[in-house]
Amino acid sequence: MKRKWLSGPYVLWMVLFTLIPLGVVFYYALTDSMTGEFTLSNLASIADYWPIFLRSIWLSIIATLICLVIGYPVAYFIAHCKPTTQRLLQMLIMLPMCISFLLRTLAWVALLEDTGIINSFIAKLGLSPLPLIRNNGAVILGMVYNYLPYMILPLFTVLMKIDPRVVEAAEDLGCNSRQVFSKVILPLSVPGIVSGITMVFVPAVSTFYISQKLGSPGTILIGDVIESQFKAAYNPNLGAALSLVLMVLIFACVGVMNRFTNDDEESMVTL
Amino acid sequence: MRKVNRVFTILVFIFLYIPMIVLAVASFNKGTDIAVFQGFTFSQYKELFRDNDLLRLLGNSLIIAVISMAVATVLGTIAAVGIHSMRGKMRSAVMSLTNIPMTNPDIVTGVSLALLFAFAGILLRINNVLGFWTLLIAHITFGLPYVILNVMPKLAQMDPDLAEAALDLGCTPVQAFFKVVLHEIMPGIISGALMAFTMSLDDFVISYFVTGSGFVTLPVEIYSYTKKPIQPKVYAMFTLIFVTILLLMVTMNLLQARDSSKNRKLRHREANR
Repeated sequence: MKRKWLSGPYVLWMVLFTLIPLGVVFYYALTDSMTGEFTLSNLASIADYWPIFLRSIWLSIIATLICLVIGYPVAYFIAHCKPTTQRLLQMLIMLPMCISFLLRTLAWVALLEDTGIINSFIAKLGLSPLPLIRNNGAVILGMVYNYLPYMILPLFTVLMKIDPRVVEAAEDLGCNSRQVFSKVILPLSVPGIVSGITMVFVPAVSTFYISQKLGSPGTILIGDVIESQFKAAYNPNLGAALSLVLMVLIFACVGVMNRFTNDDEESMVTL
Repeated sequence: MRKVNRVFTILVFIFLYIPMIVLAVASFNKGTDIAVFQGFTFSQYKELFRDNDLLRLLGNSLIIAVISMAVATVLGTIAAVGIHSMRGKMRSAVMSLTNIPMTNPDIVTGVSLALLFAFAGILLRINNVLGFWTLLIAHITFGLPYVILNVMPKLAQMDPDLAEAALDLGCTPVQAFFKVVLHEIMPGIISGALMAFTMSLDDFVISYFVTGSGFVTLPVEIYSYTKKPIQPKVYAMFTLIFVTILLLMVTMNLLQARDSSKNRKLRHREANR
């Protein structure tokens, strides 16, 4: 019996609902919304959206770097706990992910609003309220908050796997703790860093809810534009063209990132 | 250094849990404004259980999550066994196919499926294709890779001689699978299924694009709430969901901890023998 044919139904499913839909995106991106004829005008009009593309990328890069800087020490700390504590902390990291991110973002709105929880506390202290919401900082905060677990978990998985004997060997060979970190632990955790960066950057760059709630109309992201093409302006052809560019951009980024690891595609860190 | 790191980790955990505390406090609030606490009450919880619409939406989410998990787990596990026996180009082609929904941003997956369904609707002359079935198809599609990526490592870790031995002892290949292989890869299947389930329950972005007015899940409905003024009973619902998941996770954790300490004792005893 040929066992590989067992994956036939799955491959058929994925072709039907992953590959063909992408083909349909191409089709819509390259046809006119009215006449249905071939056109490049959808792709050409994307030029108007470059500033929004750039802002989305810029904000997501900052959010991803903050996640890395915050997430690494936390993952490092968890990886050096006792196994029972480790399991508990890992669970506590995953738990917020089970609660609708829409509501968690709304809770941030309540915290940051001009009349919100933080500002009413500040007012009680007799200080003037801070502009905490409807700016780029609030959008970055929302991204960091929502996607931080996606950074911590792969980092933790990789740091856990580092053989303590390798660290001991480095120490025996005369490394001080800083050298042990920069020459042994950091290089060995690169796969985790790469997959963490990917897992934060991809959802951050394409988000549309966080920016609607925490940003201002002036700080809309590319996800907002795509969403409005389907739900408000109803121009699916332009929406398809924008999605296409977003997808190409992300696949290029992921491709570049994966250059840093020589692992095959199956080692993508799963939670 | 470790002390500094401990304090830092605690701060990060506080950061992660601040919104949850806000939601939980809001669920006991007399007023409707989430930012102003006007007094303690349980009435939001009473409201919640009187609100059949909200419970129906939660039911919808659970139905989709359970069915899509079941289909994705069975289809994905069978597929993983197949992929495991593949080599070379064919294997990497199938794995790239698996990685497409993992790498693609949710919004692109949602948009591409929405366009596919719209296209199919035009071809088949059906108005309003979007609904239960499109939602289910979408959820199965993004759940499948989680199952595959969790089962594949377990298949790789498994000793191939085990299945061979079962065959030598007179099992048919199907029996060998159910009696030996399935048992070995079970942890992978369970974690894959759990991930598919949570991803489905929590998914908003993809569902938002592929759902019609006929069949709506809880996250999609919450999105429309956030445009209207939000009803505090929603906070009550999520506080309950949060507490339930917390209890489930703590129980699982304790069971695992007991298991591993039992194992350790067993091993210890065996070593002493």
